Amino acid sequence: MKKTKGKIQLIVIYFFLIIFTLATLYPVMRVISISLRPGDRLLSTSLALIPEGATLDAYKKLFSDDRFLRWMLNSILVSTAVTLIGVILASMSGFIFSKYDFIGKKAGMTALLTTQMFPATMLLLPMYIMISKLGLINSFVGLIVIYSATALPFCIWQMKGYYDTIPNALYEAAVIDGCSNFQAFIKVILPLAAPALVITALFSFMASWSEYIVAAQVLQSQDMFTLPLGLKQFQSNMTTEWGLYAAGSVIVSIPVVVLFIILSRWLVSGLTLGSVKE
Amino acid sequence: MAEVILKNVNKIYDKNVHAIKDANLEIKDREFLVLVGPSGCGKSTLLRMIAGLEEITSGEIIIDGKVVNDLSPKDRDISMVFQNYALYPHMSVYENMAFGLRIRKFPKDEIDRRVKDAAEILGITQLLDRKPRALSGGQRQRVALGRAIVRKPKVFLFDEPLSNLDAKLRVHMRTEISKLHHRLQTTMIYVTHDQVEAMTMGDRIAVLKDGVIQQHDTPMNLYNDPKNIFVAGFIGSPAMNFLEAKCEISKLKFADITLELSGRVNREEVVVGIRPEHFIIDGEMPHFRAKIDVVEPMGNEIFLYFTIADKTMVARVPSQSDFKVGDIAPFRIDVGNIKLFDRETGERISL
Repeated sequence: MKKTKGKIQLIVIYFFLIIFTLATLYPVMRVISISLRPGDRLLSTSLALIPEGATLDAYKKLFSDDRFLRWMLNSILVSTAVTLIGVILASMSGFIFSKYDFIGKKAGMTALLTTQMFPATMLLLPMYIMISKLGLINSFVGLIVIYSATALPFCIWQMKGYYDTIPNALYEAAVIDGCSNFQAFIKVILPLAAPALVITALFSFMASWSEYIVAAQVLQSQDMFTLPLGLKQFQSNMTTEWGLYAAGSVIVSIPVVVLFIILSRWLVSGLTLGSVKE
Repeated sequence: MAEVILKNVNKIYDKNVHAIKDANLEIKDREFLVLVGPSGCGKSTLLRMIAGLEEITSGEIIIDGKVVNDLSPKDRDISMVFQNYALYPHMSVYENMAFGLRIRKFPKDEIDRRVKDAAEILGITQLLDRKPRALSGGQRQRVALGRAIVRKPKVFLFDEPLSNLDAKLRVHMRTEISKLHHRLQTTMIYVTHDQVEAMTMGDRIAVLKDGVIQQHDTPMNLYNDPKNIFVAGFIGSPAMNFLEAKCEISKLKFADITLELSGRVNREEVVVGIRPEHFIIDGEMPHFRAKIDVVEPMGNEIFLYFTIADKTMVARVPSQSDFKVGDIAPFRIDVGNIKLFDRETGERISL
């Protein structure tokens, strides 16, 4: 009796898991499929992943397109900068919020949290005004500032949460062993926070890599565009180059997927196992 | 090699929690001093203040003739063993021990020599390549000790280092640390809540309660000559028995027992303290007889529990005595060794 109940439960669980997996995979498959279609078959309703007469023409065309390469470089530049800023600032401020007591600590944490309650679109206008008054419109610096500002609060909370799980005694042991506060942080605490750093890096990277709305406001000349903005260029009033559009989308998503796969082994915590006895 | 002196040291946390009140203590060069007290008495706080991990509110801490109030931990030339070991999980045992020396820029061969010497002393040479997570509790404790001794600091601080070990290992490591002290001849300050550890390891013991050092002296002096009721009850196992009593000049009365004291006591209401070994089985001249409630044979001796004036008393008697639960046993009190305390203040009344 109990066994059949368990089986039914399992079937139901798997049923839903499969449904959701398909729902997630379908659009991705569809985009891949479209990107491989020859130009005359773009509007076909066929569901085949590898379409009839599959061709890499769209990809070849993209990579021989100077504009596309330029956008890619722009995206890499912006995302790398945002990732570095995110990791450096979040790792340090998270540490201070976790291990030190100071006036305004609680207020600071709450303020950071509050920023997360507003949808990005609502902040668009004030941010735009700010950036324009600073003369940073149509500059990477302006974009990087906004991206970092939106990604940092989450990253700081995230890092702080992880540092909270690292026992104070480790830091104190390092200080007694002769470390300055900064050395103790760099040599003992930071290596232990690697899983959290990876998440912070991933989050900062993704927040900037595939962002469209803010980029569309800040960047104005075509040669400054990031990839998501550039892709939009393939859409035009007269003809949309669906093949290029799809191929571009696939290329945009590849780095994120690759990053996830490479970094996944760091995403396991438990690195602090064995250091202290609870 | 250094003296540690505490002068009127106070610690007041915000919200006016007075954690340490006017601590005065002199720890001599090469001495093994134990800070002991119940949990929350401030003993760890005091140790952390000596280490420099907690600021002191007022007073002076002097290590080797130098006021260290404003020195950071790294400049105090101390090392500390933590209750939870606090080994660096991402480093091997060797790296853990070498870390402090590397930070202090010791030459490579000197580091290697010291780490290997320490590993030899502690019997962990075969573990040097392992990570802390691959070690047992006792091994981790040894590595933590090793990390402390390679630096050859002026003062060793121990913060309840044995409380995470099982009973058998704890007794073993206790003797190891004592041996280490004899070998290294360095000043050591050791915090514990376990009075047995305090008695067995300390050259001297400071007993703390509610942030106040109640008494500091050698183990035997604390045991034989406690200053107040708290120290008397805290030191010794099983604990001293206490009874409320009345004094009439040199006669002491409690329950229906009257004892003749050797001197006069000019107070009426007192508390009398009797160590378990000062209840002596004596069939010929007993002071009282009592029904045995519980018998605890320890092998080398027996603990007998009985009741006087609704209070449970314990007597420590030789293992040859053959009492069972329910027996009526005749007891004589070793009057020369009883202690009297003021009922209000808890201070010892000398006879």
